[in-house]
Amino acid sequence: MTAATTTAEARKPGPLDTLADTARKNGWTIGLLVFLGVLLAFTRFIQPTYGPSGIQNLAIQALPLALAAAAQAVVVIAGGIDLSIGSMMALTSVVAAANMEDQSPEYAVFVVIAVLVLGLVLGAINGTLIVATRIPDIVVTLAMGFVWAGAALLVLPTPGGGAPDWLKDLVLGSLGTEWLPKALVLLAIVVAIVWLPIQRSKIGLWLYANGSSPLAAFRSGVPVNRAKIIGYMVGGLFAALAGLSLTASTGIGTPVPGPTYTLLSVAAIVLGGVSLAGGRGGLFGPIVAVFILSLLRTDLSFLRINTNLSTVAQGIILVAVVMVGTLVQLRRERR
Amino acid sequence: MTDTNGTELLLEATGISKTYGAVVALKSASLAVRPGEVHALMGANGAGKSTLVKILTGAVRPDGGSITMRGRERAVHSPAEARRSGLIPVYQEPALIPDLDIRSNLRLTDTPIEPYRHWMSELGLPDLNLANVARTVPLASLRIIDLARALAAEPDVLMLDEMTAALPANLTERVLEVVGRMRGGDRSVIFISHRMIEIAAVCDRATVLREGETVGIVDITAGSEERIVELMLGQAVEELSARQERGATDESWRAATPRLSARGLSHGTRLADVTFDLHPGEVLGVVALEGQGQDELFDVLAGSDKPSGGEMLIDGKPVRFGHPADAIRAGVVYVAADRAEALLMQRSVRENIALPFRTAFSKWGPINIGDERKKVTAAIGTLQIDTRAQREVRRLSGGNQQKVTIARWVAGGVRTMLCFDPTRGIDIRTKTQIYALLTDLAAAGAAILIYTSELKEIQLACDRVIVIFGGKVVAEMNAADADEPTLLRAAYNLRSDAVMPEQAAAEAVAAESGSEAVAAVEEAMTK
Repeated sequence: MTAATTTAEARKPGPLDTLADTARKNGWTIGLLVFLGVLLAFTRFIQPTYGPSGIQNLAIQALPLALAAAAQAVVVIAGGIDLSIGSMMALTSVVAAANMEDQSPEYAVFVVIAVLVLGLVLGAINGTLIVATRIPDIVVTLAMGFVWAGAALLVLPTPGGGAPDWLKDLVLGSLGTEWLPKALVLLAIVVAIVWLPIQRSKIGLWLYANGSSPLAAFRSGVPVNRAKIIGYMVGGLFAALAGLSLTASTGIGTPVPGPTYTLLSVAAIVLGGVSLAGGRGGLFGPIVAVFILSLLRTDLSFLRINTNLSTVAQGIILVAVVMVGTLVQLRRERR
Repeated sequence: MTDTNGTELLLEATGISKTYGAVVALKSASLAVRPGEVHALMGANGAGKSTLVKILTGAVRPDGGSITMRGRERAVHSPAEARRSGLIPVYQEPALIPDLDIRSNLRLTDTPIEPYRHWMSELGLPDLNLANVARTVPLASLRIIDLARALAAEPDVLMLDEMTAALPANLTERVLEVVGRMRGGDRSVIFISHRMIEIAAVCDRATVLREGETVGIVDITAGSEERIVELMLGQAVEELSARQERGATDESWRAATPRLSARGLSHGTRLADVTFDLHPGEVLGVVALEGQGQDELFDVLAGSDKPSGGEMLIDGKPVRFGHPADAIRAGVVYVAADRAEALLMQRSVRENIALPFRTAFSKWGPINIGDERKKVTAAIGTLQIDTRAQREVRRLSGGNQQKVTIARWVAGGVRTMLCFDPTRGIDIRTKTQIYALLTDLAAAGAAILIYTSELKEIQLACDRVIVIFGGKVVAEMNAADADEPTLLRAAYNLRSDAVMPEQAAAEAVAAESGSEAVAAVEEAMTK
């Protein structure tokens, strides 16, 4: 009796069903995109001069945070959480700036590659420590965050260093039409190059499996420890990219961007539909969420709201949006 | 590498041992599986069965002993390696990733799709959509998917660990049929089940574990069940006999004011209208099919949930519980089926027992250690808790954990105890002890309400029984009259002799496979 009723629902899906299915599965992301659109319209309404340059500033401002959110999202999807992302950004940023200052553009290419490798290594250290010691992720990454932050200050005690023009060129300005900021294109390309191959491969499955149910993953033959370390390594890589983008957009290295990025990255992934319990979500949602958060801040300053008050407002908006999302989800599950 | 019959063994484990701290989980376990046989692995709770399973599947490394597959020494350090060596397990909890769709789950274990589809139709679920996310698929179907996935990988040894427990009867039948067909081939099945009927139906031989050792290998023939039970229990072959017809002789409790009364209690859509009285000195049984409102009833009575209608009386006075603490203050304590819900798994036995009465009785001043220790020791003694693993409750067996959850209330002096399926997944000997304990508590004046999913236990533990169907009390009877058929009939709300189709099905299966199948049908009906 049960078997008959439960399986009868599983008919061959038509193309329309598939479309509806995709919409349902990505409902949250679509909602975020709509919200971003409304927010852009609202910005234009309160500040009629908001145009290409505003969009460009938004993209440049959002780029490092978007990459940080991507880093956090990968780690959380794989069942961890990384509180050292801000410090890793600082360290990679100053290492890049310090080594690229007054060097040839060709040497800078080598530095960029080295910094990306550094990101992978930092992530691998985080992951290996967690797996080997079985100390909770939150403790290990918090502690290592202090280590990376200290190391960053050793490399460059004050903001300084430099970046070659080609690196700055990657981020600043627009491409073709003035409405398309380079920073946005770069973000799309970088995320696509790093994440899509992983997501499509067995390793992507490992990450989601480990985050969703470590026991079931273990029993299914997933090398759970390796999966976790890989998650942290990809996170480290994205954090290094975020650090490089900081150096590229400012032209220098700053040793203390610190905890703001870490906490904002957590906020962005929660808003972006990644479950903190692991196994659910993607990278697109968190990146859209970063743009929403950045634009919100811009809007609040356009509205001439006291900056301290606007931080409060950001927090309240974040809680409200996530709460609404949770309620929608709860209602859907109850049906 | 060969057994006495001269056939080459497919899997042979010899002298397997494993200790966790001070607790010896396995002393010297052995298991020899011939090709083409279905081999049962039996053992009461705490016999070391689950440890042996973990070792065979690569989840845990043994301290000693050797395992060979097809005569070759096997060094396995992870489930992935065990899979590659040809042993694939299927558990009661499906090893499917909840957030991935079925296709991705298959890809995760490199399972070819076509053989998977083939086995799904063999198992009676031919058209399940591969794009469904596992989280949204009913549990019973997930377990079939897990089995089909294992079969599609063509393992040398398929291990089914309580695979059929709480599976609907029609699916159980398919599973057993498929397992039965593997006999005589080149591959083998290790079959783990608490249901003797299934063992008798599909298994060739059984290896029996007791206290971490292999105590016997039995060829399955008619009547070998008795032999297996004897081996599992050791010397202590005792019947479940906590209470000999107590309900018939001692009925003094009937005169007193009810300790706990429910008047038209309702909650949400499940619990419609429940009225009953629970007297001091009485053990009142609650019988219901899955999902008839019993969960909600116990939640409301224990203060975890607020009723949407009706009222509760304690000693004749109306009460409202906003929180379990209110219920505990009113002397109503709750023992859940899931021990993990109630215990602090990483704390000691003593702390767990002392916890509630510390919060309930100690004032702001320092804890009176001496007094507390005395009470705890008394409770441990009363319950015969195995305290070898004192330091962490999670190291105890399920039965001993359940005793701890009961002991904590005994130590505080219990007035009203609500037990929700307290013997779920507990071996016979411990069950007997728990029922004896409940009976003693009642004799000392406590009022006990107990829901159990095992109908035959009602007569052993209870004085009286109420039956709930569709959120209402549909029958009330003395335990003496509540034999299994009567209870089952009442649980399906059959007042006349008219036979519902499901009932007919239940009886048909029951005739074939005994009372266990009834539980499966019950589950099927509620889905």
